[in-house]
Amino acid sequence: MTDTYARLVNHGLGRDLARKLGLPQPAELRRYHPGQPLIDGPVLVGGSGPGADGIAAALLSWGLDVRRHAVPKEKLGGIVLVLDAVEAPVDLQQPVLAAAPSLRDLTPGGRVVTVSRVPGGTPSTAAARQGVDGLLRSLAKELRGGATGNGILLAEDISPTAPSALGALRFFLSGRSAFVDGQFVRVSSADGRMPDDADAPLAGKVAVVTGAARGIGAAIARTLHRDGATVVAVDVPAAGDHLAEVANGISGTALQLDITRDDAGQRIIEHAVQRHGRLDVVVHNAGITRDKLLANMDQARWGSVIDVNIGAQLRINEALLASEHFRSAPRIVAVASTSGIAGNRGQTNYAASKGGVMGMVRATAPLLAEYGGSINAVAPGFIETEMTARIPFATREIARRLNSLQQGGRPEDVAEAISFLAGDSGGGISGEVLRVCGQNLVGA
Amino acid sequence: MPVDGQPQSVRKAVVVGGNRIPFARTGGAYTKSSNQDMLTAALDGLIARFGLQEERIGEVAAGAVLKHSRDFNLTREAVLGSALSPETPAYDLQQACATGLETVLGLANKIRLGQLDSAIAGGVDSASDAPIAVSEGLREVLLDLSRAKTLPQRLQILARLRPKDLAPDAPNTGEPRTGLSMGEHQALTTAQWNISREAQDELALNSHRNLAAAYEAGFFDDLLTPYRGLTRDSNLRPDTSPEKLATLKPVFGRNLGSEATMTAGNSTPLTDGASTVLLASEDWADGHDLPKLATVLDGEAAAVDFVHGKDGLLMAPVFAVPRLLARNGLTLDDIDFFEIHEAFAGTVLSTLAAWEDEKFGRERLGLDGAFGKVDRSRLNVNGSSLAAGHPFAATGGRIVATLAKMLHEKGTSGGRPALGLVSVCAAGGQGVVALLEAYSAGTTPGDIHD
Repeated sequence: MTDTYARLVNHGLGRDLARKLGLPQPAELRRYHPGQPLIDGPVLVGGSGPGADGIAAALLSWGLDVRRHAVPKEKLGGIVLVLDAVEAPVDLQQPVLAAAPSLRDLTPGGRVVTVSRVPGGTPSTAAARQGVDGLLRSLAKELRGGATGNGILLAEDISPTAPSALGALRFFLSGRSAFVDGQFVRVSSADGRMPDDADAPLAGKVAVVTGAARGIGAAIARTLHRDGATVVAVDVPAAGDHLAEVANGISGTALQLDITRDDAGQRIIEHAVQRHGRLDVVVHNAGITRDKLLANMDQARWGSVIDVNIGAQLRINEALLASEHFRSAPRIVAVASTSGIAGNRGQTNYAASKGGVMGMVRATAPLLAEYGGSINAVAPGFIETEMTARIPFATREIARRLNSLQQGGRPEDVAEAISFLAGDSGGGISGEVLRVCGQNLVGA
Repeated sequence: MPVDGQPQSVRKAVVVGGNRIPFARTGGAYTKSSNQDMLTAALDGLIARFGLQEERIGEVAAGAVLKHSRDFNLTREAVLGSALSPETPAYDLQQACATGLETVLGLANKIRLGQLDSAIAGGVDSASDAPIAVSEGLREVLLDLSRAKTLPQRLQILARLRPKDLAPDAPNTGEPRTGLSMGEHQALTTAQWNISREAQDELALNSHRNLAAAYEAGFFDDLLTPYRGLTRDSNLRPDTSPEKLATLKPVFGRNLGSEATMTAGNSTPLTDGASTVLLASEDWADGHDLPKLATVLDGEAAAVDFVHGKDGLLMAPVFAVPRLLARNGLTLDDIDFFEIHEAFAGTVLSTLAAWEDEKFGRERLGLDGAFGKVDRSRLNVNGSSLAAGHPFAATGGRIVATLAKMLHEKGTSGGRPALGLVSVCAAGGQGVVALLEAYSAGTTPGDIHD
């Protein structure tokens, strides 16, 4: 699971050699650890108007060192470009070019975040807003040293300082978003609130994680626990020994359960409520692959992948939506996959199921809205797990490098995105798909 | 009215749940696992299921029948290796195959008396990792050697060694006072009660079918945690048939004159495994938001004089159960689930035959006639040792956790909480039996059956 190449080109002789030969030099990403500062160095807030002022004030209230104008040669932790008021494509030029020279001053692991509005309005406004999309995605590809660029898209009537806009801004600036690059998050409502303790955003919450015995699921369980949640770790009975290890490591409870059982949703609710008194978050992570070219696909391979990866999620959601125990700002986060967006040879069944997850999330969002709830999907790209470690060397090496960060992500990177969406500050984001892929070059 | 001898102040001891690792045939998946490894794994699974990390449990009691001398503090060492608070006290107990059930009864009684609020009972055995001792001759020489002070003394002692002293002393399950193995003892009893080969094979077949069906239904999903790649008991043969069982050659009782009937199919194999049961007072369970599946009502031990042939080696429960039920004002007809440990199919069938025998009832049990008939549809309904295997000290915990869940699922029977009877025979002519009841709030022990 270790990326030997990345280690080699980041130290001593290997580093010099890679530089001289022009080989890819994946940087060591800035990842979150409890207690660390939100970002290293001052943050430049570009753009003008009430939106930019509001964001600058929010950053100041977080104790950050804020600049409204670039100080030549000063190292910057991040740049926030507030473009919420652009009305025509020409409006982009001034704020963007004013901030541009500062890109050279970004520290390794620096952050660029755009704040703009969902395309709409007059043709001219829509063009300006959509222009931010192309701008940000290209800019993200220009950043080096593990720096990333991401954007926040505000719905028409949402303030740049709405809880989830600030929640997303915090997420993007922090080490929690290390492997999220070139992505937009859409804030569609003013729901949600900033956590009282930024290092324990899930304090007091009870979260269920399916497929928690190993890999990404185990990382999700550990991350939610680190962020303050009490975790119910769910996996098939046959994975019970690994599951017990995970649960015992995070003072959670293990629930051995086949999620394809008809009563799985009921069992999950009962366990959470009886043992922990409540249920706030459900993370649908359990998934399987049964790869085969479609021409060679059989019923068992197709059927089991669809049933585990999307059928079970739909049935469990039905039980959750019907339960009076899942009505207090509930959160559902489902794990999708970039395979479901860009497609992957040999994975028609898997991609169908993961595409299904994204469709399900979009259609379920309105159903949760009346309880102040949200549902979102996180789509991992190439993540270093036991599963991807079995991919043949050459294929794996290519898959790893095919993104702007030139490396695979870690299970923890996926878990961080899920924890963000599961928290109070994610409440204004619903029906969205957030990719954790290092800006994978395939599938947009 | 309270039952005789039970002070009205006693509390309820409830079974919260259990956890075991799948049982493995000796020489299989757990060949390299020690008793301590397996007991720790069973504990960790229980801790994960019930969220007991860093919890100070009142007391943990467990034991093993085949034990290395280094395992003198086996249970405490397993606790220290588990996710429980290291401030959890523990002790070892051993009563041959009744070890597991006796830990349940002893701890339940402490809970009932208010000495403990929570406890974990358990047991473990490995026939794969069995201790091998040095011969008596070598042992004496080694001990004398350690006390010798001079070189000539040491040489003199070493000169006593003979080649035969170097052969190790392998463990065996023979009875020290008769030299007969357990199987040979049971063969005598099986023949005495005229138990047919067909009846024994049928019981074995039911055990496998019932256990397989329980696995298929997901019954064990919250009773088991996989271990070392094993997710089900490796002895289980879901596809066994009367024909297959009939082909097996008898292995015990071949020198009795009568037809030998006991085969590897209707006798339990040597097995490795571990089990645990979480017990608690009602308040402790409620305070920890944990379920209360069943109440441990009562227990009884008995022993028989098998040395002089008065009774069969494994027939002690035949005497213990009538005493237990009489004390609680119950008959066999009141019991909803019978869990009679299947050391051998012949053991269970001999027990049932003795209870159905009028002469035995009058002369040996002091009753007016036969003790009664066990409704076979209530016997070992989710399988027992013939299918699951029998890691000696772990069997009691397996049965109690299984029965507690069955009682909980059944709830009431005829307007009262469902009742379950556990019967475990043990080496040395002993037997321990216990009475459990589906948990129901409000009633106190003693005023239930008046």
